[in-house]
Amino acid sequence: MSDTHAQTVAFVRHTEIPPAPPPPGQAGAVKWMRENLFSGWFNTIMTLLGIYIIYSLVMGIFPWIANGVWGVDNIRECREITQGNGGACFAVIEQRWQQLLFGFEYPSTEYWRPTLAFVLLFVAVAPVLFLNLPRAMLVFTGIYPFLAYFLIWGGTILIPITAMLGFVAGYFAFKQLERNSFAVGLFGAVAAALITWWVTGFIVDAAPNLLALPEVASRNMGGFMLNMILGTVCVSLSLPIGIALALGRQSHMPIIKWICVVFIEFIRGVPLITLLFVANVVLAYFFPPETSLDLILRVIIMITMFSSAYIAEVIRGGLAALPRGQYEAADSLGLDYAQATRLIIMPQALKISIPGIVNVAVGLFKDTTLVSVISMFDLVGMIRGPILSSTDWAGVYWELWAFASVLFFVVCYGISQYSQWLERKLQTGHR
Amino acid sequence: MTIATDPPKESFRLSMLINDTRYRSYTFQAIALLALIVIFSILGNNLAQNLAAAGLNISYEFLGDPAGYDINQQPIPYDSQSTHMRASIVGALNTLIVAFLACVTATIFGVIAGVLRLSNNWIISKLMSLYVEAFRNVPVLIWIIIIFTVTANVFPQPREFRGDNPTASMVGEAVAFTNRGVYVPKPVFESGGWLVVGVFLASIAGIFLWRRYARNVLFDTGRVVPVFLPSLAIFFVPALVAYFVLGRPIGLEYPELRGFNFQGGLTIRGSLIALWFALAIYTGAFIAENVRAGILAISKGQTEAAAALGLRSGRIMNLVILPQALRVIIPPLISQYLNITKNSSLAIAVGYMDLTGTLGGITLNQTGRAIESVLLLMLFYLTFSLAISALMNVYNNSIKLKER
Repeated sequence: MSDTHAQTVAFVRHTEIPPAPPPPGQAGAVKWMRENLFSGWFNTIMTLLGIYIIYSLVMGIFPWIANGVWGVDNIRECREITQGNGGACFAVIEQRWQQLLFGFEYPSTEYWRPTLAFVLLFVAVAPVLFLNLPRAMLVFTGIYPFLAYFLIWGGTILIPITAMLGFVAGYFAFKQLERNSFAVGLFGAVAAALITWWVTGFIVDAAPNLLALPEVASRNMGGFMLNMILGTVCVSLSLPIGIALALGRQSHMPIIKWICVVFIEFIRGVPLITLLFVANVVLAYFFPPETSLDLILRVIIMITMFSSAYIAEVIRGGLAALPRGQYEAADSLGLDYAQATRLIIMPQALKISIPGIVNVAVGLFKDTTLVSVISMFDLVGMIRGPILSSTDWAGVYWELWAFASVLFFVVCYGISQYSQWLERKLQTGHR
Repeated sequence: MTIATDPPKESFRLSMLINDTRYRSYTFQAIALLALIVIFSILGNNLAQNLAAAGLNISYEFLGDPAGYDINQQPIPYDSQSTHMRASIVGALNTLIVAFLACVTATIFGVIAGVLRLSNNWIISKLMSLYVEAFRNVPVLIWIIIIFTVTANVFPQPREFRGDNPTASMVGEAVAFTNRGVYVPKPVFESGGWLVVGVFLASIAGIFLWRRYARNVLFDTGRVVPVFLPSLAIFFVPALVAYFVLGRPIGLEYPELRGFNFQGGLTIRGSLIALWFALAIYTGAFIAENVRAGILAISKGQTEAAAALGLRSGRIMNLVILPQALRVIIPPLISQYLNITKNSSLAIAVGYMDLTGTLGGITLNQTGRAIESVLLLMLFYLTFSLAISALMNVYNNSIKLKER
């Protein structure tokens, strides 16, 4: 027995075999491709199809960009150069970029003003979007609307300053009176603001040209600037209105609740274009005969109503998502409705609804192109109107629409990426 | 010993309207109502003054006047002598047509893109992300105009189909893509044709009945009744039998090149195609996100639990994943359908004669009845939206998780 044992164990390994690399088909890029691209006959077909689609996209777009023509004056010269090699006429953008961005009536010497306003917009919005920035920057956010108005519309600096003074006076009045009750503070603030505006009105009348920039009328706004103006103004105005509507809809008072419900459902039930028709042809009938609001203001009113209804629904979702205990806890601390809403409910509800609000904002920004239908010259209106119907550039579709698409894509994609980042950041973990 | 007694009954004092939370809400509501009445009366007063100054009045009589304009797509008979009312109805039908077509197509695009975006195939999922992001982040109006430009400039002109050596040809001798629109064969119903359609519809109902029967048998006796092949048979056989027994009562009328244009067949105009596909592709990108979210919302444990019960993968999808995912997908899907309907009002940008183009466009401009036209326009969309929302609420309640 021991014999056989001695014969069979002729060799005993004392060291471990070094781990061999996996077979070539099971590692690295090959393995990844096997698992992700060619894991079955169906997947293989899909991969090949995908590669073909990418190939045709690239082959379609590459010569268009690579053979693009810059620096000519009109489409005929451009066609002569391309000779049918599929090149684009980017010269149109080179020639007309000011019109595309600012509209064709904004004085060209003043382009720096909306540009500066645009750059400052980022500074103003930054502390709202990124909570780790110093809170003191919010002061600039408060100043920004008046500054932007002054930069874009021009006129004397006194008008935005007095407007701001009114708000500041209202704010301090509110702070003073708030400890009596919220309602007293609110009415006091409104009164203080009105009084300030009335008093400072005399100063404006006395010095109408103090530090004045050349005035630009609203009807001269156009191009992408108009989209930006409408988008930012309407979103920022509709936030407070939307919050009020959402609270109203949650309210226990039937009359207030039903006013809000009817308003929200009505606005959400009709397309924006009908509201723009209202702004264009109907709204003027509802104002006193002697007033004449310009079109851009009427459009701002209607778009603000539109977006506030959608924002109200988003915020209502946030309110509904708050646990019942939060409301009860606020009540049990003895807070009244205004305090509970301001200190407990709203901060949490808004936090939940930020992604939704951002979605509404992106959608609204895209929808500002609809104003071209009521013959305002925003970016789309500029392209369809003055540029495509000019003798120089009639027929240059792709370049212009690509330019417009890229502008909108950059802004909207940027905002939605921000919203996703914020969503990840705000996720507190317990789900 | 203390005896709990009711607090003395307070009599109502006027100051309680402000200080007592039980009564304060009445004050607020009264103020709100008053403010509302004041606002409306001011607006109404302004309206009356402005109308009087312009020499106008509110009247809907213009709806009975002859419209005097042509509509290029007429689902019901219409000519320029028809009334504005009829023009509006034609427009409303056109709205519904494009909305329906776009909803169906958008659902197909969206479901495919949403499912493929979750695919393990890296290239495909990236392509689908590209599609979703590219279309979601560019205004739908720009897409409508781009696709309209494509149909008007890239497709050949009808005259290129002519001659011995045409530069363009019809697809399968039946469909012609031209810059004036797409010409497709049109079904022609002879006597008995509708009977075939009726049989076909009845057989679809039959499929549902068969499925219910199979389910009942399964639940009662545990015997599995085949569903797929009988359904297929019910789908095809009765309609085909009826078709041949009745002597082929449904024919196809092919478009034909006559003179400078195609005659016969069904014309799908470029504006309809632009609107249809732009809405479908744009909304499809949103639906893709909804579908993806719906599928991701079902936790992996559900799949694993179903697999542990011994279900096959097809049944896991049908019996476990889909019913739960649909509960998440359907509500946003319906609101996307509503968005399509509302966005179809952009038809006016490419000259598709929907309700906004007829009532809100030409009729408004011709008659100058701005208030009435816009009001009717809003009323139509509002009624439609509210009706769909009501249906959606009924559906939501029926699929809501039944909890205690």
